Amino acid sequence: MLNKKIGKQTIKFLEAPKIISANAIVGPKEGEGPLAQHFDTILDDDLFGLKSWEKAESKMIEETVKAAASKIKLSIKDIDYFFAGDLLNQLMSSTFAARDLQIPYIGLFGACSTLTESLSLSAMMIDGGYGDYAVAATSSHFSTAERQFRFPLELGNQRPLTSQWTVTGAGAAILSNKGKGPSIAYATIGKVIDFGIFDANNMGAAMAPAAVDTIKTHFSDTGLSPSDYDLIITGDLGVIGMDIAKDLLMKEGINVSHNFSDCGVKIFDHEKQDTHAGGSGCGCSAVVFCGYLYTELIEKKIKNLLLVSTGALLSPTSIQQGESIPSIAHAVAIRSS
Amino acid sequence: MKKNQPSQSDYEKFIEDKIPKPNYLKNCTWAFIVGGLICTIGQFIHNRIEAALNLSHLDATNATILIMIFIGASLTGIGVYDLIGKRAGAGSIVPITGFANSIVAPAMEFKREGYVFGIAARMFVLAGPVLVYGITSSVVVGILYYFLKIR
Repeated sequence: MLNKKIGKQTIKFLEAPKIISANAIVGPKEGEGPLAQHFDTILDDDLFGLKSWEKAESKMIEETVKAAASKIKLSIKDIDYFFAGDLLNQLMSSTFAARDLQIPYIGLFGACSTLTESLSLSAMMIDGGYGDYAVAATSSHFSTAERQFRFPLELGNQRPLTSQWTVTGAGAAILSNKGKGPSIAYATIGKVIDFGIFDANNMGAAMAPAAVDTIKTHFSDTGLSPSDYDLIITGDLGVIGMDIAKDLLMKEGINVSHNFSDCGVKIFDHEKQDTHAGGSGCGCSAVVFCGYLYTELIEKKIKNLLLVSTGALLSPTSIQQGESIPSIAHAVAIRSS
Repeated sequence: MKKNQPSQSDYEKFIEDKIPKPNYLKNCTWAFIVGGLICTIGQFIHNRIEAALNLSHLDATNATILIMIFIGASLTGIGVYDLIGKRAGAGSIVPITGFANSIVAPAMEFKREGYVFGIAARMFVLAGPVLVYGITSSVVVGILYYFLKIR
């Protein structure tokens, strides 16, 4: 048997599945942010012309998958697997998109870590030879997340300074061993880490230790070091979480002073857009990767990327019952072709 | 706690300095100005209708409350009250207009779940606890008043 697993938690892909296409759709607010030019579609209406935000989120996933496929003239029927997830109960957005797309579907819940979770599993399917094409897609929507996890939109409350802004957006990446594109070299599957943070408005601090654990394990499993990557980017730690993660990594002797960033920090201009600690949500790392980072990889501005999507696995019930916030991070190492 | 992880308090201490602190002075000033303004408007309405309609003090109070609730609900409906609340904080939550906002906001949000399980069921999701404990404490105070005959 070929040993594809190295170390404790890392998979080394022998065939290195390629990401042959990617597409990102974002909402109006994201379209006013610093990365606007990199997104394929910017909606001017966050309802997407539909009756509910949930419908809009579902349509965003569907449209982004279709757009990713049409970029490489791939028929939806030829895709073997659809790995998707979002933040809503029972994965409403992904499931309803899968109902319309009719691609064999595996729904995933990893909170905001779903992008790297779906990329890892898609890569395993392709590397294992179980199919030719797999699509990994995730989404989130500010208004659907607010009503499920927080308060009604029109409520006149103040958002704490540590709170983050859920990204309205969906991203899809198509993986295959045919065609051209950046390839996935490694995937490090994270463990659930809980350092006892109870504040659901401070998810950056809750998720930072999970990101650190996965990054540390990735380096010890692969024998690589931070200097082997042009960019190590976390999913949605935000300004506070990123700062904490950086300090924790430095404490562990992992020097990331030059090449460390966070999708939640990149997506918004926090001063002008009033997003407080930064962006969050499954859509955050999805649109930043499928829109911005994918293009950078294609243009070889970034040659080696470590994408570490981070997820806070809380639920409104767990918070009300006084549980702390369990967090997870999965890392995917991507090389430009 | 779990193995191989620092104890909760160590981590909380470590992150303490990294968490930004709200500007209490600025927040209090905003709350004071907006809260005071809402109360001044209420008092103005009260004085006007008491004089113009020749109502008793108590009747004028009831009428004023109705008007203030209407204003709070309307401003929520046109999407203005949350913008006021963002700056004013408690200044716009504590007056009765904030109570109206806490009922209208979920009613609007959950309209898509229908008139029964959406609007009607969710309407008091935020105001419900206020009503429960408000009424409970008034009953307790009423009983104490009855037995102690406080004059």
